Amino acid sequence: MNDMTQFSAQTHVSPFARRYDNFIGGQFVAPKSRRYFENVSPVTGGPIGEIARSEAADVEAALDAAHAAKDAWARTSTTDRSNMLMKIAQIMEDNLELLAICETWDNGKAIRETRAADLPLAVDHFRYFAGVIRAQEGTMGEIDDDTVAYHFHEPLGVVGQIIPWNFPLLMAAWKLAPALAAGNCVVLKPAEQTPATIMVFCELIADVLPAGVLNVVNGFGLEAGKPLATSDRIAKVAFTGETSTGRLIMQYATENIIPVTLELGGKSPNIFFKDVLAEDDAFFDKAIEGFVMFALNQGEVCTCPSRAIIHESIYDRFMERALARTQAIIQGDPRDGDTMMGAQASSEQREKILSYFDIGRQEGAKVLTGGEAAQLGGDMANGYYVKPTILEGHNKMRVFQEEIFGPVVSVTTFKDEDEALSIANDTQYGLGAGVWSRDANTCYRFGRAIKAGRVWTNCYHLYPAHAAFGGYKQSGIGRETHKMMLNHYQQTKNMLVSYNPNKLGFF
Amino acid sequence: MTETKDQPRPLPEIPSRVTATQAARDLLTDIRAQYGDVMFHQSGGCCDGSSPMCYPVGDFPIGSKDVCLGDVDGAEVWISGPQFEIWKDSCLILDVVEGQGGMFSLDNGTGRRFLTRSKMFSDSERAALQIGPT
Repeated sequence: MNDMTQFSAQTHVSPFARRYDNFIGGQFVAPKSRRYFENVSPVTGGPIGEIARSEAADVEAALDAAHAAKDAWARTSTTDRSNMLMKIAQIMEDNLELLAICETWDNGKAIRETRAADLPLAVDHFRYFAGVIRAQEGTMGEIDDDTVAYHFHEPLGVVGQIIPWNFPLLMAAWKLAPALAAGNCVVLKPAEQTPATIMVFCELIADVLPAGVLNVVNGFGLEAGKPLATSDRIAKVAFTGETSTGRLIMQYATENIIPVTLELGGKSPNIFFKDVLAEDDAFFDKAIEGFVMFALNQGEVCTCPSRAIIHESIYDRFMERALARTQAIIQGDPRDGDTMMGAQASSEQREKILSYFDIGRQEGAKVLTGGEAAQLGGDMANGYYVKPTILEGHNKMRVFQEEIFGPVVSVTTFKDEDEALSIANDTQYGLGAGVWSRDANTCYRFGRAIKAGRVWTNCYHLYPAHAAFGGYKQSGIGRETHKMMLNHYQQTKNMLVSYNPNKLGFF
Repeated sequence: MTETKDQPRPLPEIPSRVTATQAARDLLTDIRAQYGDVMFHQSGGCCDGSSPMCYPVGDFPIGSKDVCLGDVDGAEVWISGPQFEIWKDSCLILDVVEGQGGMFSLDNGTGRRFLTRSKMFSDSERAALQIGPT
């Protein structure tokens, strides 16, 4: 049984219970091995409680619970399923401050962002899928005068979901809302770096869903994630993460012949045409903010605008303003409402980012600002902080080609549209892109030519439900945050019905 | 490689594309003691991307476009073809840091994680590897 969360938690006191078990079959259940691992907060680098260290047997128990629940859940009306998602959204909204505090302690991100982005977006996501499932209809085709083809949406059954650590609760919401709306039962494996907030979420909504519809199994990828991904008792697997594991998950799905959706990252270009600087007005100010968006969530965003491509004629004046805005970022205690940038999610993530500073310097990239770890005082002295960093170089450098997943942007210039497009598309990935111009035709032509699933046009880092999100090329398969994601969690049942009483006449 | 009769030249030493720190070799030894033969695949992309993933031999299906960079104490180190094109100017240095992530990699949960560091090849090393100018 869970030690319960401190629901009266304050920003500067860990909101978490001493220990969290798994959530299986509507109950909080200890891992069969009785083993736990220590959860560390990136804010302080110190321990904030114990988390179930689950293994294959725990995954099997979760799958048992999900399979026991799946038939009744599939038959539950869309009205009832929708109402339950609405209730989850309301509970999250009513506890927004608590969950925002939890997410900051678990992940290290600034509470300014969890309050204004992570939580409101997650709440809205449940409401969106509660809405669209009510409006979803099957189709009917009149084949001929006597024959009708009916197409019904049916849930897949039990699905597995493996969640990343950069937006732990929001990414869970992105995957849970469509899966549950479509009538599936879920076994969800959170990232071991950020396992705690989702357990507080489970405590809050434990009584909303029928037992077994949602099951959360914590633990390490190797010990719990892999048994889930390889199981022949799941009908689909959804994963957000990196490419080697993405390939493995596809391989396991091949063995079971089940579908996958994958979101594997990007190296998103952010292109600024020269007319951006035609006037020093609100639009230019917005474009500069669009550049500095590389620091949102400490850069730990799959669509981080990590390559800025700026027209050479405005480069100096643009960068003067961009540098000043970057240096104005308030980096400090993530629990403080004024802080703009918090901690990286783990010590090894910080080490990786620092290793890329070394690579960039070896390659000849010029460090315009940052380029090193940030040392904060007090109880944050051992936290995982990196300064927002701008590197100047060219697109063949590794720091322009590899996802650093930190608060780092690599900047270069272009002469004309052809060169800009060539640079923008010269990447293995195709998840996001930004286009900034005052000219509608430039925006449209250029945006359509970029090989990426999401082209923010005169904006960046907006993630509203009802705008499809997913990648081209090695960025993955599938489109989240839109009703089309329902199709990734549904079967099509065709009933082909004859209303003619007479035989065909073959036999 | 050919050498003329008149002017025998010493063969240039071909630099290794992968090396390892002692800490990485020690972790590799520990993992092999538990799991047997292993290999590495250098990952890319978000989250745990850019990490060297360590798998039991045979667990990760090597693709026709994957490139073998070399080995560390007999454990082969592989990278995807498109990523090799970006990395070909740099030597991969397998290192170890504290950490508990790693997805399905065999270092996952040990409290230690493999980390890739890099060293750019010098001009003479690039020549020996027959890499053109960037």
